[in-house]
Amino acid sequence: MGLWRYIAQRLVLAVLVMFLVSLGTFTMAHAVPGSPVEVLLGERQAGNPEVRAAVEKRWGFDKPLPVQFVYYYRNLFRGDLGMSVTSRRPVMTDLRQYVPATIELALAAMLYATAVGLPLGLISALRANRWPDHIGRFIALIGTSIPVFWLGLLFLYVFFYRLHWLPGPGQLDIGMQRPERVTGMVTVDSVLAGDWAAFKSALRHLILPAVVLGSYAMGIIARMLRSSLLAALSDDYIRTARAKGVAERAVVTRHALRNALIPTVTVFGLTFASLLAGAVLTETIFSWPGIGRYGTQAALKLDYPGLFGVTLVVAFAYVTVNLIVDILYGILDPRIRVA
Amino acid sequence: MASTAAASAIELGGAAARPHRSMLSDTIRALRRQPMALAGLGVVLTWLLLGILAPVLPLQDPIYQDLSVRLRPPSRDHIFGTDELGRDMVSRVIYGARVTVPAGIAVILVTATFGSLLGAIAGHFGGLVDSVIMRLSDAILSFPSIILAMAITAIRGGPGLSNALIAVGFVLWPEYARLMRSQVLAIRAQEFVTAADALGASRMRILFRHILPSTDAPLVVKATLDVGAAIVLTAGLSFLGLGAVPPTAEWGAMIKLGADKGLQYWWYAAFPGLAIMSVVMGLNFFGDGLRDALDPRRRGRW
Repeated sequence: MGLWRYIAQRLVLAVLVMFLVSLGTFTMAHAVPGSPVEVLLGERQAGNPEVRAAVEKRWGFDKPLPVQFVYYYRNLFRGDLGMSVTSRRPVMTDLRQYVPATIELALAAMLYATAVGLPLGLISALRANRWPDHIGRFIALIGTSIPVFWLGLLFLYVFFYRLHWLPGPGQLDIGMQRPERVTGMVTVDSVLAGDWAAFKSALRHLILPAVVLGSYAMGIIARMLRSSLLAALSDDYIRTARAKGVAERAVVTRHALRNALIPTVTVFGLTFASLLAGAVLTETIFSWPGIGRYGTQAALKLDYPGLFGVTLVVAFAYVTVNLIVDILYGILDPRIRVA
Repeated sequence: MASTAAASAIELGGAAARPHRSMLSDTIRALRRQPMALAGLGVVLTWLLLGILAPVLPLQDPIYQDLSVRLRPPSRDHIFGTDELGRDMVSRVIYGARVTVPAGIAVILVTATFGSLLGAIAGHFGGLVDSVIMRLSDAILSFPSIILAMAITAIRGGPGLSNALIAVGFVLWPEYARLMRSQVLAIRAQEFVTAADALGASRMRILFRHILPSTDAPLVVKATLDVGAAIVLTAGLSFLGLGAVPPTAEWGAMIKLGADKGLQYWWYAAFPGLAIMSVVMGLNFFGDGLRDALDPRRRGRW
């Protein structure tokens, strides 16, 4: 009973936050210099009286502000986010095109961060205050201190420009045919199309941006696992386990690690935000056609509908991921539900 | 200072008498045992000093152009090389410290004060005020900082260092509000607050004279670490073209110019990037050491 109540609570909170976020973009759209019609259409289109009248009707701009808010919501739920000023297409169409690339990149980055961060944290904790620990901590610290855009340039210079080990910006080699679009993620689509040459190229293009983007999360995960594993290892039940003769390996994996992983799970939710933020910079450096680069272009060209569309999608993703993490946390640790 | 107020608060609370040692001197003593933290502090202070002293140092003028030495790699005359207008990169990187480091510190000072105040008000008064402030901060926290900062910069009519700094400050205050709120809630339940209340102190007086002086350690640590975060965020905005605009010698903007020129001119982006990294690492080392120094339970962990 506690768990369902807890989930319901989290859900209500997530919906409330999403409502506030959309209220925020609505307010921003009205805070922008110029009339909201111009914001939605761009100056050139707004000069056309027919187009202008149609948009005013659809968004209720001739009505008082609270009514406009209702219109805004109605349009939101229909998936109507206005027209992008730069691409001249509905923002929703643009987002559908660009979101999959960002998801692909973020998943690959998270995979890297976990695959490297967990062992690093584990080694650091088990060899605390000895050489492996110092090295591990240093790697983790570099990961969290290095600006992601600079790391991107560094890796491009070393692995692409100097060593030619890995390809440069973009998703596929130049001149290569994109596989038929199914999911929008090139690696997945090339597998679905059975195009192994494209798959290999896509995978090679994915490595550098994923490592660059994932390095911050890697550092955080390593730090978190190290400190929570150290805390767990000094608990009483560990002494008990050792006293009754449990093998050291089992003490670590079955007793300590299990408890240490719980706080690490929450960190996933928190680092996800930094991942999305890093995606903006990483995508710009690697010419990755995701929403981060789209949002940057929109911000630079003052394409407000495009920018607000990205803002909403990203906030929605963040709130959803954190909701999932909260629920997972509640399932893993019964104490949370009561508190 | 805060430490004396905290000490008198403990006396008011009727805690057992203990030798009077200020928190500041305790902290300094603990910090002295942490070479990495001191090294970090040293790096940050060096950059600050270099920035302040830049005009009197024997450096080339950072905007002096010598078109005969455009985009030269590092050499004896120009250890960090030159940019596309033949300007000396050593000079530009050091002048960049003049912009980036104080800007990061100032932004955190303002946003931490503002956020803590809001959090303290939320925690102290509770009810509707609390709900409004905290839900607002939840909403802001659910945006990745750079995207919100992008939106704010765009709304404020385009790039510029001051717009970027406003955006960074706006993005970071909610975390201070949260931290301060939880501290105030914990402290409010202690006896010295009840005592002050019983003595007839007003709610504002209780908040400013009794509760706020007892809250500092975690906030100071967070603020230290966040100066680094603010520097990276500001540089990131500049890198995207949404922050400082040329010819301002700002590290992020310099990296952008270098990246636009091409990878063969590696020194152009490399040295400003190393500068950012050294400051941020310095702050991280110092912040971690400070946390350990202020919280004896955490010593040896992070």
